[in-house]
Amino acid sequence: MENEFSVKVQELTRTFGDFVAVDHISFQVYKGEIFGFLGANGAGKTTTIKMLCGLLMPTSGTAYVSDFDIYKQTEEIKQNIGYMSQKFSLYEDLTVEENLEFYGGIYGLNNHELKIACSQAVHSTGLGDHLHKLTRDIPLGWKQRLALSCAIMHQPKILFLDEPTGGVDPISRRNFWSLIYDLADGGTTVFVTTHYMDEAEYCNRLSIMHDGKIIAIGSPRELKQSYQKESIEDVFIDLVKK
Amino acid sequence: MTFDIKIVGLKKSFGSILAIDDLHLDVHEGEMLGLIGPDGAGKTTTLRMLSGLLIADEGVCLVGGKNVRSELSAVRQFIGYMPQRFSLYPDLTVAENLRFFADLFQVNKEERENRMKRLLEFNRLSPFSNRRTAALSGGMKQKLALSCTLIHTPKILLLDEPTTGVDPVSRREFWDILKELRASGVTILVTTPYMDEAAKCNRVAFIHNGKILLVTEPEKIAHHYKNTVLEIVCDQNVKAAKILIASKQFDSVHSFGDRVHLSSHQTSEQMKPMIKNLVEIENIQINSMKEISASIEDVFVELLN
Repeated sequence: MENEFSVKVQELTRTFGDFVAVDHISFQVYKGEIFGFLGANGAGKTTTIKMLCGLLMPTSGTAYVSDFDIYKQTEEIKQNIGYMSQKFSLYEDLTVEENLEFYGGIYGLNNHELKIACSQAVHSTGLGDHLHKLTRDIPLGWKQRLALSCAIMHQPKILFLDEPTGGVDPISRRNFWSLIYDLADGGTTVFVTTHYMDEAEYCNRLSIMHDGKIIAIGSPRELKQSYQKESIEDVFIDLVKK
Repeated sequence: MTFDIKIVGLKKSFGSILAIDDLHLDVHEGEMLGLIGPDGAGKTTTLRMLSGLLIADEGVCLVGGKNVRSELSAVRQFIGYMPQRFSLYPDLTVAENLRFFADLFQVNKEERENRMKRLLEFNRLSPFSNRRTAALSGGMKQKLALSCTLIHTPKILLLDEPTTGVDPVSRREFWDILKELRASGVTILVTTPYMDEAAKCNRVAFIHNGKILLVTEPEKIAHHYKNTVLEIVCDQNVKAAKILIASKQFDSVHSFGDRVHLSSHQTSEQMKPMIKNLVEIENIQINSMKEISASIEDVFVELLN
């Protein structure tokens, strides 16, 4: 039987000296789900993401990403995930097209695959008019779409988005989230961190992390109901301030 | 002297790009006005001209009744400007950074320690006064930057996206501090890409292509939206949104995770049966469907489309 989970985490822990950054967390993310991973600065989100992406060894506990073991199969994990952060990591002196080709090349696509992936990226994001412009000359909202396109050139099963929309205006954010919905609809699992609680409402399910522990998990509606709050922001502040 | 801002017919080009195009805006004394607009609309350029860092091609900026162009040194006495990337010295402690800015603004020594103590308490940074700035969290850095901006007790504050990248707890705390500043009589002009922050201002101004399109109070925002907005919740929201978009019967359809918002020039009585027909034929069950008032974001999106 096929596993219904994309990410499966059990008692995952990571310490740095005496400091417990991630403290026995357990959760699952379903295939094709948009999962919001929330927490204040310093809660342990980035440490968790690094472990799930195969960049940092856990101290204890288990985790499987797309059925690969995060202790032993870090290379397989890297080939099956996409990652995009708020810093975008785009080459400003390359054109939009060159950035796409560069990332496709890194992911080991051959020329034929690269062509298909580029035209798909152009089709889904509407980057066509900007292909030959230098990346530094395109507006922030377009850079964000380009960064997303680069992260999915190899059609990853799971996409990690680390604060993808910081400082981007509402229209660009809406467009960005429509792209995310299309990806999830096509079966990609999306794992996203954000500081903006209106965006948290876009997720199918959310977890809230505080001091290395997951202190709440559920759909936005469930969380608002069980804590009797009007918004996810109020739920978050109530839980984290305690 | 009235601590307000008056911008009349402001224009600024960079090469062939017209960044600010005949912009007019009034900020009243003691109010908090949120300047919102898409990336590249001219928000930062406007603030830079108000603070005298950039010279306008045409038009006048009056800050506290004084012309920024001809009386800049007087204006600098009573304005505080916090740019997007505030230059704090990472190797200095919190207190040392404050002292440095106090010296820059020629705050005298007796006054200085008093003010620093008050600001550190006000911004809840006292326990960290000896911490190196590099070791502060994002939220704490923004509070320190604000403290440095306040060291010469400005009467008018210009803040450029002060909370980008800051977590929700620190963000709410930052806005509580702004509210207290406003209560103490400070005039605040703040830019933000976040509509929930705009809602905390007493007025918002929409800027697009270097022009102000609308100035209004957040409570009255719905009056500026002619369409009906419906919120529906069904068992498959994303699929429902797709079907509703494909039907081309509505002006906009947007899925927000556990609900879908539709906007249309039709009445809700006209919309409801159409929606029901469209989604139920695809075996999607509607749990609720109600008319809601338009948000700042709805107006923002409509103004720009």
